[in-house]
Amino acid sequence: MSEQSERGVPVRESEPILEVRDLVKHFPLTQGVLFKRQVGAVKAVDGVSFDLHKGETLGIVGESGCGKSTVAKLLMNLEQPTSGTIRYKGEDITKLSARALRAVRRNIQMVFQDPYTSLNPRMTVGDIVGEPFDIHPEVAPRGDRRRRVRELLDVVGLNPEYVNRYPHQFSGGQRQRIGIARGLALRPEIIVADEPVSALDVSVQAQVVNLMERLQDEFGLSYIFIAHDLSIVRHISDRVGVMYLGKMAEIGTDEQIYEHPTHPYTQALLSAVPVPDPETEGRRERIVLEGDVPSPANPPSGCRFRTRCWKAAERCAEEVPLLAVPSLYAESESGAAHPSACHFAEERPVVAAA
Amino acid sequence: MTGTPAIEGPDETAALAGAETEVERAEGRGPRSPGREPGERGQKGRSLWSDAWHDLRRNPVFLLAGLLIAFLVLISLWPGLIASQDPLSCRLGRSLDPSSAGHWFGFDTQGCDVYTRVVHGARTSVTVGVCATLGVAVLGSLLGGLAGFFGGMWDAILSRVTDVFFGIPIVLGGLVFLSMTGSRSIWTVVSFIVLLGWPQVARIARGSVITAKQNDYVLAARALGAGTVRMMVRHILPNAIAPVIVTATIALGTYISLEATLSYLGVGLQPPTVSWGADISAASQGMQFRNAPHILLYPAAALSLTVLAFIMLGDAVRDALDPKLR
Repeated sequence: MSEQSERGVPVRESEPILEVRDLVKHFPLTQGVLFKRQVGAVKAVDGVSFDLHKGETLGIVGESGCGKSTVAKLLMNLEQPTSGTIRYKGEDITKLSARALRAVRRNIQMVFQDPYTSLNPRMTVGDIVGEPFDIHPEVAPRGDRRRRVRELLDVVGLNPEYVNRYPHQFSGGQRQRIGIARGLALRPEIIVADEPVSALDVSVQAQVVNLMERLQDEFGLSYIFIAHDLSIVRHISDRVGVMYLGKMAEIGTDEQIYEHPTHPYTQALLSAVPVPDPETEGRRERIVLEGDVPSPANPPSGCRFRTRCWKAAERCAEEVPLLAVPSLYAESESGAAHPSACHFAEERPVVAAA
Repeated sequence: MTGTPAIEGPDETAALAGAETEVERAEGRGPRSPGREPGERGQKGRSLWSDAWHDLRRNPVFLLAGLLIAFLVLISLWPGLIASQDPLSCRLGRSLDPSSAGHWFGFDTQGCDVYTRVVHGARTSVTVGVCATLGVAVLGSLLGGLAGFFGGMWDAILSRVTDVFFGIPIVLGGLVFLSMTGSRSIWTVVSFIVLLGWPQVARIARGSVITAKQNDYVLAARALGAGTVRMMVRHILPNAIAPVIVTATIALGTYISLEATLSYLGVGLQPPTVSWGADISAASQGMQFRNAPHILLYPAAALSLTVLAFIMLGDAVRDALDPKLR
């Protein structure tokens, strides 16, 4: 599968920097006050695999509750996966000792969604951005830290004179820049951004996304960019994975996903994106999905999307569709030849979005 | 998915940014103009604590309470400053004498100078209040905070234990516990108050630690590789301590009145310790205060004023620290 998912990837280093295989995270549902017993599990992430290459941005999109943020937390080792592996440069980071994990943490950092809760209100900006150096003193000698912090603030476009200020003295966009500066402090190779712009104004979103792109070029970063905004993801991503209910529905380059989607869920998502041209907007065909996302504690059998899919057949209830290039396009050179977890994967003319 | 316009390039970004009121530096790294200040505050950073102090200094309630408390602390430390006589030198011959020159508040049943006793009683009340509050705050926030931080079984046990303590009426508990002790000093009463008072603070501390723990900045610290101690001391403690301080300051006043209540009931402080509660109790026996109301009024007024001052202080502190009012 990994071979297939690499098809069409812009030519980069062949060896992936991060390999995620069959990642599963189930949160137990318990009952009882003192003596808890398990009555079920929320299958937040249920078998997700993907690769991340050096200098690449992998976008992950999906509805709320599809497991995007859990994937981010698993990648950051903030949650222990139920099963599956996350290999960073060939080393499985889910089974590391606390000591080895600290070293890995230097190379994988995170930018959080909500800039209002991701900065400690009792710490100054200088302390927040400098905290990585306190935790990893080997990165910067003590006397050098103040200068490094000011440098970082300058890199993310904030006035270095602001080191003594507190987060509540900044706007949302500025706070997110502070969060990015903290993420950059240890010079990581990978940044996991969990909806980094969802909480910001549209204009500020653009600035932060452009900043992230500039930093990627400057420092050779690889991004996992999680969002529910398809336009932003297309703008920043080299490859895009679409998640539905804890599983990857479709993965490919941005061109393949946006221009040649073969999974009905991706097609529905894209058809919902408004087009800024009123004429096209009036004529475009929208796929309106029925019903709600099923509960991840009790997902549908077979294909998880079948309860809301217009193509659903008996086979979908019995067989879990694998994430693979559809046989229809196996020999084809077209953009539709990318992994899609659907028994009836087929391109469908959708009005180009974004 | 929500109609976000596509981001095309720096030109559009700059145009959008220009339309925005938010102070944001547009893409690129041009020179910074000194006029661009985030927020209306000055160049200097200001923490929430210094903001709270700033508010407090301008709050008349706080100033009044602070003045009263400063005076109380002063006479607790050096009662001789305003009362030169010995509170324990009593002559029955002067029993219930009304006020006179040199003895402004008159004499009580035992013939002791009421003014001197009221002044000397402040030390007892302030000591009990401050020590009990410190004990309750330290024990309560330690147990509650650890339970909230680690959760799981310890949390469940602590919650049930606090439930048990909440079921004990404090005055009844005092009657039962303290009547079993032979001689009671200030420290007996303080220990009793700490024993029954800590669950209240523990609950508050547990709740605010759980709230603080869920913030992304704690996750961010963990993602950086921060250890448990750093997370507790740098990230959770400073953000969880405010409600504990507020509860404790307000409780201080009630602990002073609790000491008086216990002494009034005869299970609190014993002579020769001078206590307002014990004096009130003595004054109300045998209905002497009908003929000589001063023996009841002065200690009662001192007690009320002290409790009021501490509760006003607690109120002002809460107003300054309550994030919902910010």
